[in-house]
Amino acid sequence: MISLNLHKKFETSDGSWSLHIESEIPKGSFVTLYGPSGAGKTTTLRMLAGLLKPDDGMLTVNDVTWFDAARKINVGPQKRKIGYVFQDYALFPHMSVRENLEYAHSDSSNTSIDDLLILMELDTLASRRPQTLSGGQQQRVALARALAQQPEILLLDEPLAALDYKFRLKLQDHLYKIHREFKLTTIMVSHDISEITRLSDLVMVMEEGRIIRQGTSDEIFVNQQISGKFKFVGEVQQIEKQGIIYIVSVLVQNQMIKVVAQPTEMQGIDVGDKVMIASKAFNPIIYKID
Amino acid sequence: MIDWQPLLLTFELALATTLVLLVVSLPLSYWLVHSRSRLKPVIATLVSMPLVLPPTVLGFYFLLAFSPGNAFGSFIDRWFGIQLVFSFGGLVLASVIYSLPFMVHPIQAGLAALPTSLSEASYVMGKSKWTTLLKIQLPNIKTSLLTGIVLAFAHTIGEFGVVLMIGGNIPGKTKVASIAIYDEVEALNYASANFYSAVLFVITFAILLMVYLINGGYLKRFWK
Repeated sequence: MISLNLHKKFETSDGSWSLHIESEIPKGSFVTLYGPSGAGKTTTLRMLAGLLKPDDGMLTVNDVTWFDAARKINVGPQKRKIGYVFQDYALFPHMSVRENLEYAHSDSSNTSIDDLLILMELDTLASRRPQTLSGGQQQRVALARALAQQPEILLLDEPLAALDYKFRLKLQDHLYKIHREFKLTTIMVSHDISEITRLSDLVMVMEEGRIIRQGTSDEIFVNQQISGKFKFVGEVQQIEKQGIIYIVSVLVQNQMIKVVAQPTEMQGIDVGDKVMIASKAFNPIIYKID
Repeated sequence: MIDWQPLLLTFELALATTLVLLVVSLPLSYWLVHSRSRLKPVIATLVSMPLVLPPTVLGFYFLLAFSPGNAFGSFIDRWFGIQLVFSFGGLVLASVIYSLPFMVHPIQAGLAALPTSLSEASYVMGKSKWTTLLKIQLPNIKTSLLTGIVLAFAHTIGEFGVVLMIGGNIPGKTKVASIAIYDEVEALNYASANFYSAVLFVITFAILLMVYLINGGYLKRFWK
């Protein structure tokens, strides 16, 4: 069980900004932090890893205190037993794949480097330098390296963001397998709803430094966001009267959509207004775009 | 008959200065990159001062400070038995300060350019700051280190003003090649002045060329 209650204030060019997160994460769960960029997701991971010191609050993991502002406890990142996969992977360029893993490997660890290399399908690449590998291969090295230190908690900062779709699916399987096999508590930052739905037990939606909603991926995405409806926000470009109805042209992102409207709906709507178009998705047409 | 002593002395001085500088500059550069102290701008300025200050100014103050007639000079003379004026030790100390920016700036730039995630990844793996510096940061700034070492070495070879002020012109002790050249020209011995000058020219050219070849990756391509 990770219980956290952390505060941090930042001074940015747009004024000051504060992060305050409070939550409890059960041991062994797969948690995703979801939200717009700048919501504080990476900052949260960094505070968990001990790379950024919170201003106030506390953090305990399995009843061990890692941070407590009141008692002036702040366990260094070295002692936290955390595996961290950075957004840029942070592979050591002067070491081969195997050396990267060996550097992270702790003596007390009972997973062998060879097993990890085979598990992540890296055995044929073991002597290569990271910069000669593709994005997906580098990502696997980063993951294997994080596991080599036998962490209890795995932090993943948008680990799959830079990869193409087919590769993502494969790596998602890897991630899920590893999470189960190593009995990890995994906390991942992701923007990809399908990825989140496949992997996580618990989704925390963050906005402006707060957790605004929390639940399973179904509760968060299916019920609230999709709910059998399409919803678009756009701007009215043109209103034409045709007989007793109106044809309204609305710009949604970069697409012009024409909508038929009743005179009663059109009351108070003028060109340039922001409007929402919603429709029940009773019979949508789905195309595969690859 | 050519006297090789000034040239040997020059290279001894450059070698000693470079070694001391390497030891001093690593922690200093690390501090300049990572510190958030309010003293940082002051220290950074002091490190850069030798770039703009005439060497004679530095030499003059060293002369005053190290003079046995002054508090500091007499203190180290009495307690450590070291006399820094007109001695090789004094030359090394003055050269270290004079060439400090040439070693610190490349190392500082190299460390600052490394992604912070590299060292953070190492910390998360349980490695101390010291291990991280030795095993992760330094191996990844090899070219900066080489640049710093070579520039400091070459700059010390080219030193004149500081050496003249604090070292004087004692054969075998403080008479380095640059001073010897000046000396020979004054004595109208153009042949030996030319000899020292040519040796310095060729050696410094070779050293700098090597750096550009290595850092530009030309040698690697050639050997492959």
